[in-house]
Amino acid sequence: MFYKVVALVLIGVWVGGRTLCAVISGEDVAYVARLARLRLTEDEQAQMTRDLSSVLGYVEHMDELSLEDVQPTARVVDLVNELRPDEVKPGLTKDQALANAPEVADGGFAVPAAGS
Amino acid sequence: MSQDLLKLSAAQAVSAIQAGDVSASELYDFYRRRASADEFNSYLSVDSDSTIAPAGGELAGVPIAIKDLFCMEGVETRAASKILNGYVPPYDSTVVAKLRAAGASFIGKTNMDEFAMGSSNENSAFGAVRNPWDPTRVPGGSSGGSAAAVAAGTAPWATGTDTGGSIRQPAALCGLVGLKPTYGAVSRFGMIAFASSLDQAGPITRDVADAALMLKHIHGKDASDSTSIGLPEDVVAPSAENLNGLKFGIPAPLDWGGVQTVVKAVFDASCKRIEAAGGEIVELPLPHADYALSAYYIIAPAEASANLARMDGVRFGQRADVSGGLTEMYETTRGEGFGPEVKRRIMLGTYALSSGYYDAYYGQAQKVRTKIVEDFKAAYETCDFIITPTSPSVAFGLGEKTDDPLQMYLSDYFTVPISLAGVPAISLPAGLATSDGSAVAEPGTEGALPVGLQIAAPHFAENKLLDAAHVFERETDFADGPWTWGS
Repeated sequence: MFYKVVALVLIGVWVGGRTLCAVISGEDVAYVARLARLRLTEDEQAQMTRDLSSVLGYVEHMDELSLEDVQPTARVVDLVNELRPDEVKPGLTKDQALANAPEVADGGFAVPAAGS
Repeated sequence: MSQDLLKLSAAQAVSAIQAGDVSASELYDFYRRRASADEFNSYLSVDSDSTIAPAGGELAGVPIAIKDLFCMEGVETRAASKILNGYVPPYDSTVVAKLRAAGASFIGKTNMDEFAMGSSNENSAFGAVRNPWDPTRVPGGSSGGSAAAVAAGTAPWATGTDTGGSIRQPAALCGLVGLKPTYGAVSRFGMIAFASSLDQAGPITRDVADAALMLKHIHGKDASDSTSIGLPEDVVAPSAENLNGLKFGIPAPLDWGGVQTVVKAVFDASCKRIEAAGGEIVELPLPHADYALSAYYIIAPAEASANLARMDGVRFGQRADVSGGLTEMYETTRGEGFGPEVKRRIMLGTYALSSGYYDAYYGQAQKVRTKIVEDFKAAYETCDFIITPTSPSVAFGLGEKTDDPLQMYLSDYFTVPISLAGVPAISLPAGLATSDGSAVAEPGTEGALPVGLQIAAPHFAENKLLDAAHVFERETDFADGPWTWGS
């Protein structure tokens, strides 16, 4: 899959000098779903392939703009190093923090074994 | 008597209780009964304990409905998602805590699009909300339950949240006032996060005075949200008499192609009313506004894909019953727990952030955002406000756009640029359309549907915005809705 992504990027660079490539394949969708830890049914995967292609095709017009020297904006409000006083305050108790957990063991969150 | 209670706005109800004309418990019981009998699927839960705020608060115990996106201590909070089934927060969101401290009583949690993703409220895991003006149509989204509750008179007012239009658009489609404050004016602590650089809480109300009253009590810097700033001055009850000397800018490159004719007609009439009240209409360039929707539908899903990573079946909510290991548990829990639109946004965001595509999509979108912020700054050097319709169309039919996500996203054409710029904006009732959307309708016309006007102001100019909105509201012969029709 990694090579496929690289190949798509290279094709994108070759075609337009940019990496936008709105044609999404079923394999792309399966790969991204894996990254997102999201199980999709076969029907969902087919629908997702169509939907993502449609939306990514629409947003491609951003590429008309030449923005090489523009700084990206992550947040619009100018705040730098917002610090609060370093005071000890009551937080959630362990019982409160665990109260919503689907499974608890030995005072912690219990999960199925990793890697099995 | 009950019809009289229904006619009171939230601010009027505060006065009536303080004057001893009405008791807080009478008003609360009245609304709780109405909410319990709600016909529009506006509520996910209605308070069963009859917890009325202690007397003496500034809000005098007046009831309020809370969007299910806000955590409330001891009250199931699901953001209308199955994946949060059974989640009972051990704490209040700051907005709820502030309303509680001000003496509000809580009626219930309102329905919404799952995790606030949607423009029609059809993405709730607990069923679509219907529009009280016409139950075959959507109320807008994502704060559709809040808007339907206020429009139907099952709550005098409600909280909403707005990421790309989720307060303003349902307010417009339900004939109400919806205010999205400046990004940072209201704390996001305890609001289940969708897109953290855009999310803002705000009021959905029947009139501008109520919007000001709620904003007064919910804004403020909060140590629990380091992006919160609060407003630089107290929010005051709007009192302006006219719009003399104020310039209202219409973005010149507005694409009217996708806008319903009647929406344009109501907008033109709104401009005339602004001029009649002393305001001046000017055209101004917002050259990058046309790219806003694209930038938004990359940035918001990208942030959502990161925020929703916490919905993993470990600490809260439901977990899928699987026999395999941790990864299978994550994938199945999320596959079963999220609805189609949330999956779509997570996929879109994950794709846009993935190696090899980051610069082309997310990086480019953030640069477009910079240009949009610059456009707004330049625009406010030549005008006081920017005006547009709130929504390109009146409320559409249930199911009409669910098969085409892109068409649904285009509903946010006018609201999204403002969200990216982080400036405050209000949607106001501006007129009515005939039920088929073909012509402007007079107040009282059978089956008429509301059309909204959006007014946006510079950062932190909420008082000025509320004043202008108050004047516009007074000039508009359309200040009622389903809640006055009686039932």
